[in-house]
Amino acid sequence: MYPPRFRYEAPHSLDEAIGLLHDGGDYVKVLAGGQSLVPLMKLRFASPEMIVDINNVPGLAYHRADPDGSLHIGALCRHADLEHSDLLKGTQPTMAAAAPLIADPLVRNRGTLVGSLCHADPQGDWASVVLALGGSVVAQGPRGKRAIPLAGFVTGPFQNVLEPDEIAIEAVVPPAKGARSGGYLKLERRVGDFATVGVAVAVETSGDTVVRAGIALTGVGASTIGATEAAAALAGKPLTAESIAQAADLAAAAAQPKTDHRGSAEYKRHMVTVFVKRILGSPSTGAATTERAA
Amino acid sequence: MTIVYDDLGDEAASEIPVRKIRFSINGQKKVAEIEPRLLLADLIRRGVGLTGTHRGCDTTNCGACTVLVDGQAIKSCTMLAVQVDGREVTTVEGLAGQSELHPIQEGFREEHGLQCGFCTPGMMLAAKALLDRNPDPTEEDVRWALSGNLCRCTGYQNIVKSVLWAAEKLRAEA
Repeated sequence: MYPPRFRYEAPHSLDEAIGLLHDGGDYVKVLAGGQSLVPLMKLRFASPEMIVDINNVPGLAYHRADPDGSLHIGALCRHADLEHSDLLKGTQPTMAAAAPLIADPLVRNRGTLVGSLCHADPQGDWASVVLALGGSVVAQGPRGKRAIPLAGFVTGPFQNVLEPDEIAIEAVVPPAKGARSGGYLKLERRVGDFATVGVAVAVETSGDTVVRAGIALTGVGASTIGATEAAAALAGKPLTAESIAQAADLAAAAAQPKTDHRGSAEYKRHMVTVFVKRILGSPSTGAATTERAA
Repeated sequence: MTIVYDDLGDEAASEIPVRKIRFSINGQKKVAEIEPRLLLADLIRRGVGLTGTHRGCDTTNCGACTVLVDGQAIKSCTMLAVQVDGREVTTVEGLAGQSELHPIQEGFREEHGLQCGFCTPGMMLAAKALLDRNPDPTEEDVRWALSGNLCRCTGYQNIVKSVLWAAEKLRAEA
């Protein structure tokens, strides 16, 4: 299979890239890892007139923690960089659990977290993780930079709020208000398949009290789902069997699964409950939360 | 290198954007004039004429087209050929020396790591990327590293044994 013809530009600066987007016509796509875009073009689901390949733009292949504790992930930071990151293993249990579960090792060598957020696939894992963590996307365009909370960034399946001349240059996870725990669990039929169900849980505790919680769901709706009521059920009190059970039930209620070849709606909804309980039952134990669901 | 396109008429032909790229494949320097939509797998197979890189599913699933770009294992059906401008590509043909097999190839022979052989080049390159990074992998490490490569003969047991055999031989040689 071949992609349709397109004009290809590989700028060496962000300003040049934004200029190309601004002047480039009606249908221009930014290429970072290309692990979703290239397959879509080969299947002719996407036929951009121009591709702006940002792989030669310096200064985007980073992930780092700032002194205030916020985590910044550049547009060319690959899934594999995050999978092997000691920074994430030490400070970001939900992200560290998710990174090895993205696609397969070969795709992880190319694909990027920021690209995954922009692609806004309802079955994309990172959108749930960043949503659960209360993160945002920083977009840069001719009018400057703006930070867009993820809750308002993804507007539907494969849809985001970027203007045609904006590039998502980084994702930001805000500093924790307490000690982080949580995880990501994904049910998949085999390695590399899209999620049948994915659940991201991020909890921040001060003493015994949960000061912030986020729960988000992958693959059980037309878009990434933020289970805000479920998260609210955890906040302001210690984690107990009762609060965990309540959050698990509310998360399942927030899911909008459809029966398909990956499983029945009932089964998927049940798995949301199971995963919330499993993650919260063993928070911050990385080994348990990265366990691959069969 | 020559790549032949369908003749869509003079007007269409003049509109085909062509870019010149320079890259190296298995240590040999190359220059290619290509359409940006050419996929790396096709540059390798049809442009350079190295057919060891297989095209299996063509949908980023199977890993038969795995090659190394600057040492990293990637699926060449899912990368544009223009993106290897200035980079080093390694295919299965680049593994062996003049007269002897690479230890990974020896391992596949010794441990019967292939049946039909279609997935084998991709398996070997994914294995090479692993062993370059981690010379002493566990069985779990090997299975994890090969999890993006499918074997439709389902011969995974012997593939894993082959890679572990190669790891041991490479360590002994080091």
